[in-house]
Order: sequence, then C-alpha cells, then structure tokens
Amino acid sequence: MNRRTYAGWRRAWLACVALTLPCTAMAQDAMSMTHHDEPSPAMQNMDMHDNASYGMLLVDQLELSHGHNGNGPAWEAEAWYGNDSDKLWLRSEGEGSHRRIERGDLEALWGHAVSAFWNTQLGVRHDLGIGPQRNWAAFGVEGLAPYWFELEATSYLSNQGRVAARLRAEYTLRFTQRLMLQPEFEINLYSKDDPAQRIGSGVSDTQLGLRLRYEITRQFAPYVGVVWSRRFATTATFTRADRESVFDRQFVAGIRFWF
Amino acid sequence: MNSFYPPPAVDVARRRFVQGLALGGAAAALGLLRPTGAIASGSFASSTVLSGTDFALDIGQTRVNYTGKPGIATTVNGSLPGPILRWKQGSEVRLRVTNRLLVPTSIHWHGIILPFDMDGVPGISFGGIAPGASFVYRFNVRQSGTYWYHAHSGYQEQTGLLGALIIDPQGSERFAADRDYVVMLNDWSDDHPASIYARLKKSSGYYNTAQPSVADFVRDAQHLGLREAFAKRRMWNAMRMNPTDLSDVTAYTYTYLMNGFTPAGNWTGLFRPGEKLRLRVINGSGMTIFDLRIPGLKMSVVSADGQDVEPVTVDELRIAPAETYDVIVEPQEDRAYSLFAQTIDRSGYARGTLAPRPGMQADVPAMDPRVWVGMQDMMGGAASPGRGGHSGMQGMHHEAMNDMPNMQDMPGMAMDDHAFATQLKTGPGVDMRVPAPRTNLDDPGVGLRDNGRRVLTYADLHTIGGPIDQREPERDITLRLTGNMERYMWSFDGVKFSDAQPVRFRHGERLRIVLVNDTMMHHPIHLHGMWSEVENAAGDFQLRKHTVSVQPAQQISYAVTADNPGRWAYHCHMLFHMQAGMFREVVVA
Repeated sequence: MNRRTYAGWRRAWLACVALTLPCTAMAQDAMSMTHHDEPSPAMQNMDMHDNASYGMLLVDQLELSHGHNGNGPAWEAEAWYGNDSDKLWLRSEGEGSHRRIERGDLEALWGHAVSAFWNTQLGVRHDLGIGPQRNWAAFGVEGLAPYWFELEATSYLSNQGRVAARLRAEYTLRFTQRLMLQPEFEINLYSKDDPAQRIGSGVSDTQLGLRLRYEITRQFAPYVGVVWSRRFATTATFTRADRESVFDRQFVAGIRFWF
Repeated sequence: MNSFYPPPAVDVARRRFVQGLALGGAAAALGLLRPTGAIASGSFASSTVLSGTDFALDIGQTRVNYTGKPGIATTVNGSLPGPILRWKQGSEVRLRVTNRLLVPTSIHWHGIILPFDMDGVPGISFGGIAPGASFVYRFNVRQSGTYWYHAHSGYQEQTGLLGALIIDPQGSERFAADRDYVVMLNDWSDDHPASIYARLKKSSGYYNTAQPSVADFVRDAQHLGLREAFAKRRMWNAMRMNPTDLSDVTAYTYTYLMNGFTPAGNWTGLFRPGEKLRLRVINGSGMTIFDLRIPGLKMSVVSADGQDVEPVTVDELRIAPAETYDVIVEPQEDRAYSLFAQTIDRSGYARGTLAPRPGMQADVPAMDPRVWVGMQDMMGGAASPGRGGHSGMQGMHHEAMNDMPNMQDMPGMAMDDHAFATQLKTGPGVDMRVPAPRTNLDDPGVGLRDNGRRVLTYADLHTIGGPIDQREPERDITLRLTGNMERYMWSFDGVKFSDAQPVRFRHGERLRIVLVNDTMMHHPIHLHGMWSEVENAAGDFQLRKHTVSVQPAQQISYAVTADNPGRWAYHCHMLFHMQAGMFREVVVA
C-alpha cells in the first residue's frame, strides 16, 4: 500500500469512526437504561419490551478499489437506532483517490415505518469531497420491493435551490448459505449544474457493482467484486475536462460487517 | 432486563428441600448440571421429585455446560429443569418461592386454574418477587394431570426456570401405567436470549441456515424442470415471504434438551419388557416446536394439556411450546428405543432412550428432509380444500399465485365489507393477511404431511366427559394473529401489548374466541386462568386445552367460560413473539 492510498484510507476510517461513535454511544445508553430500569419499574411488570429500541451499524462496503481513475478506498455504511416505528438513521457513502475523498456524503435521517416493507426518511445530507461541501434537505423512501430488492429512493433540496435525487437498488443472490453475490445499482440526478462540485444537470452518474462475499459468520464477510461506473452529460464533460475517464471499471476487495 | 448475569447470589448448598423429597428418582441432575451419561433408574428419574403440600423453591443461578462452553442458568433449587412438583387433586398447596437473583422473578403455574393473584405474572397478577424476597403461593388444586411451571419475568424461562407439575387425581388414574416418566423438552442457548432477540430485530433471518439458494434451485430444476422450479419460487418472492421460515431460532444457537440432557447425554428411562410406561411429554421450549416419535413403538395419547382424552394411537406427534401430552407406550422387546424429537425446521433434535438396562442405545433416526412451507400455510382455505395434501407448491395453479398479491379480492368470511376491509389491511406490523383461513383440524402441519406415519392432529383428540360448560357461547371475540417477519414484529390484530386495551370478559359468560393466523408461523396461544375448549370446524366440542397451537393460515375457535374473575395474561407462547407484543391482558369482571 503506497502513501497515497494510506491517506485515503485514513479519511475513510475517520468517516467510519464518525459514523460509529454516535451509534456506540447510543447503544451504551440503551444498555445503561435497561440497567437503571431495575429493580423498581421492573417489579411492576414482566419486563416485556415490545417497544424497545435497538441499534445497528452495518458497514456494507469497506473496500479498496483499483480502476482507470486511480486506486483508493470506498465505503458505504448505515447505522440506525430506534424502535419499530421510528428510527434515527445515519448513512454514508463515498470514495477516495489521490489522497483525498473524491466524493461522498453523510446523511442523518428520521426513518418512519409506513407500511409492511417501507419506511419514509426525512433529514439532511452533507456532502464530502472535492468542491464546496453542500448541505441538502433529504426526503425519501426505503424498503423491500417484491422479489427481495432492497430499494432506497431519496430526493434532495439544497440551500441554493438545486434539486437532486438518488436511487439505489440492491439484491442478494445466495449460492449457498454462506456464499452470496450482491448486485447493486445506483443512479444520481441533479437539476442544475454545480461546476464547483464537478456535477452537471440531468443524470450525473450510475454505478453497477457485483460483489461476491463469503459470510465467515453472519456478521462478518470478506468480498471481492467489480464495479462499473459511468458519468453522463455535463458531468461527463467536467470529468473529461479533468482528464479523467467517463467510464471506469474497478476491481474491489473489502469487508462487510455489522453489529 | 436480565441482560447481564449478576453473580450467583446464593451458594448452591443453601438450597432447601422440603418433605417427601424424592420418590426414588436418581439425583443425577441434582445441582450437578453436566449430566452426561447419568442414568435414570426409577419413576420420574433424573429430576428431583418434590411432593406433598408445602414446598420451598429457591430461584438462583447455576453453572451449566451443555456445549463445552460454560454458561449460567436461572434455576429452581439448582437444577434445570427444576424439580418435578407432585401435587394431589383436592389438596391445598403452599409454595414459598425465594428469589436469590439480583433481579425480580416470578413463577407461573401453567394450566392451573387458580385465583388470579396466585397466577404469577408480574404486573398483572402480582408485583413479582423482589431480589432477596419470598412469596408464598397458596391455592386449592382443583384439577389433575400433567402441567408445568415457569418464570414469567424477563428471559428467565428461556435461561432455565421451568419444571414439570404432576397432579395425581383424587381417585385412581384413568389410564394406569407401571412406570411414569416426565419427558421435558427445552431449548438451551449459550447466548443470552436478549442478544438472540436483538439479532432477530436486526436481521430476522439470522438463525435460518436453510435459506433458499441457487443450489436448491439447481436441484429443483433437475427434478421438477426449470419452469416448475421458477414457479415454486415466484409467489414467495413476489410476496417477500420466505418458505424456509419455519423457526425463528434454530439449532444454529440452540441445543435441545430432554429432561436436561443433551442428545449425547442421552437421558434414559428404564422399563421391563411388557410394562406400560406413561410418558408425560412437556414442551418447555422458548421457541421450538418438536415432532416426537419412538421408532418401533406406537404411542397411545391419553391426555392433552392435563385433560384425559379418548386414547388415540399414533406414530408421531407435534408438540408446540407449552403444550403437554401424556402417551402410553408398551415396549415388548428386550431392547432400547430412541425417543426422538426433531425440531419443526429439522435443524436439530432432542433425544433420549427407553431401555431395559442402563447404558443401552438404539439407532437415532436421521432427521426428515426440510420441507418448504406449503401453499395451505400461506393462503389457508384458498389453497387446498380439506386435508392439505401437497407439501410444496406443485399442485398450485398459476392463477392462484397471480392472485396472491391482491388477496383483498378473495372471498372472505361472513362479515360486513367495511370490517372485512379494515381487518385485512397490512401495515408496518402486519406483512400478510389470510382472507380465507382453513378451519380443518386434521392437518398434521408442514413437514408431517404424507410422511407415511400416523401423526396426531387436534382432530384426533376428544376430551373425555365433554365440555365443562354446555352453554352455547353468547358472543364471539375474533383475534387475528399478526406479524411482520422482516421487522420481527408480532401482535394481535396488528396492535402490540403496550398499545392495546385489555380484552374484557363478563364474569360468568360463555364466549367464543376465534383466532385467525395471518402469519406463516405457528402460534401456541395460552389463556391463563381459564380453559380453552377447542371446537371443530362444525362448532362441536373437540378438546380442552390451556395452550392452543394455531397453524399458519388456520382459524381455530374455542369456547371459554369466564368463571375466574381477575386480571389474566393471554399470549403467544413463542417467547420472542410474546416479548415482541403478541400479548393481551384479559380482564374478567
């Protein structure tokens, strides 16, 4: 690993820590809460917790990638804490190259269960990476579509009146109880150009990933994969101007874990 | 919540035993909880038997080791299962329960008809038993038969606080036997139930090690053809339902125990060829349904939930958590027989032996193949009329499958359209509905259909003497059993315990409870303090139970005489379902 990727990794690591800390703190709160419950309130009931809150941190992708546009780390992670109806979500994704976070964002959302398989999400997004770090209001839905497709569709409104949208779909194909292939597709759209962020209006980029993972335990799995990404329209123009390729194929290797 | 084990608050040596200690049972499991190779020798062997009218029970913590990894169990008088309590019908019993834990505790006498303040449910019948405190339960024993007791606090039942209750009838036993054994089944995990539950909340398929896979698909494609293999999956996938979802928690974490013995530990009950043995089978599991058989022996079922039934001879029976069955077996040969209790999802089994001499073993059968949940488990009466013959979806028409996502269009029960539409909505806590549930009682259930063995069903069971109350029920209370597997939510009518009002019975009335299972899982529903008199599809009395196991997409109705005033618990005995809110308070006033 050369110094460049090391620097990139450090940033990714910091982003992960930023994501983990609140979650861990909340989990600890939850534990101490249940401890403090005793003994007096528990004396009054049978200690049922049908509306208790739980927390989860899922680092779906934490990987190194190798592609035409360079090598670097990338991540995709989410954390939630809450009960059956309402949860606080933190979500982050991003990638680095050339010793910096190239693009990425961190979202904080209030998730609310609205139907058997769907939740609404309302909150904010903060952009990381090159250019100005924009802030957005976010509203979206997240859930499980028929045939087990996990979907996230989020719309964003920035303080400069720009509108953006992101759609992400994911599927898990089990070869065996441990070996599984995870296709993932993401598309981003913007209403207006933002040259400072090197993003143009319309469909800015799409990404299709195929990751083959092996669950050593339910909660820890290494994987290898390939990701095709493509930039479109004005975004592609910016990309060409930056002497990067519009189309990239990356080979990735990483780990997925949750707790 | 008992998330962390406090250190044992009392030395095991401080256990107090009362009069009439053992009936001749070996003290194999007494305090010593690694009972590998211990052999039972007499009646009720291997567990302490306490009989009489006065009992002192100490609840504490005991080190156990079932898997090679030491753990700590919550125990009664230091043993898991706790001592067998033997009462006499017509007597008054006094039980002093002392809490040696650092958290509150309780004991509920499952299936016993008693005053509500003796029922042992903290927050409903009493305030619980504080650490260091004692509580004296005192009540008249009005019934006879096989029952059991367990904690109703936190996760204590799942960590070992359970035991058998045997009540000898005032006269002689209707079905005499030469020997009498308790067969207590339960599921043990080295992981704390709180962390199992938390994992289910995060990933409800965590313990399912038989998820549909490409490997299955290839096998099916070879056997059924590509088209059938796709068809078999299509509806499940469209519905976001998992046909392998038979047990929420499996042998991935559970070790299944028989009388506190692991399968390798091999609990053994002795007999002389030609003798009649009464086996009192109790499912004290938190989450496990067992299919029990004794290869080479017919079982004559003589009692269900402590109530004598007209004897029926079967090869195999399915027992849901909290149910009890008494069976009589008559081994004639001078050889060992295996008691084999495989779990409904075929991920593991509990096992013991009946043998003429200690140390003998019989072959342990291979587990049956795993079977996917069938169409009748999903669509009820709309899938297959009468006895469910197909265990897969091979018999399904594609039209029916196309109908699935639009179940509202299906013909339903007789009720007005508005109520019907409201009842059949899905929502965050309800992932499916069954508009036309099946009402037949003669389906042995998923995995047991057409297996070549005579399998017990509720249709085979007829309680001797008929119902306790001949009155026709004055009204119906319909409760739908609801859940969302993805979110791991469970409820009645889509409403969790904490959001629900109590269900009210008028004192003295005879009413009918209609349970409709809108899920793909079994729910053993237990009404405290009053009997559940199950009716067949025609509305005639069938059998009397304290715990009624409702199969997926099934409707079962039973009559209740509300003759026991007070506040009662009413819940699913799958303990994580109960924990998640599949629970109601019933008020009789």
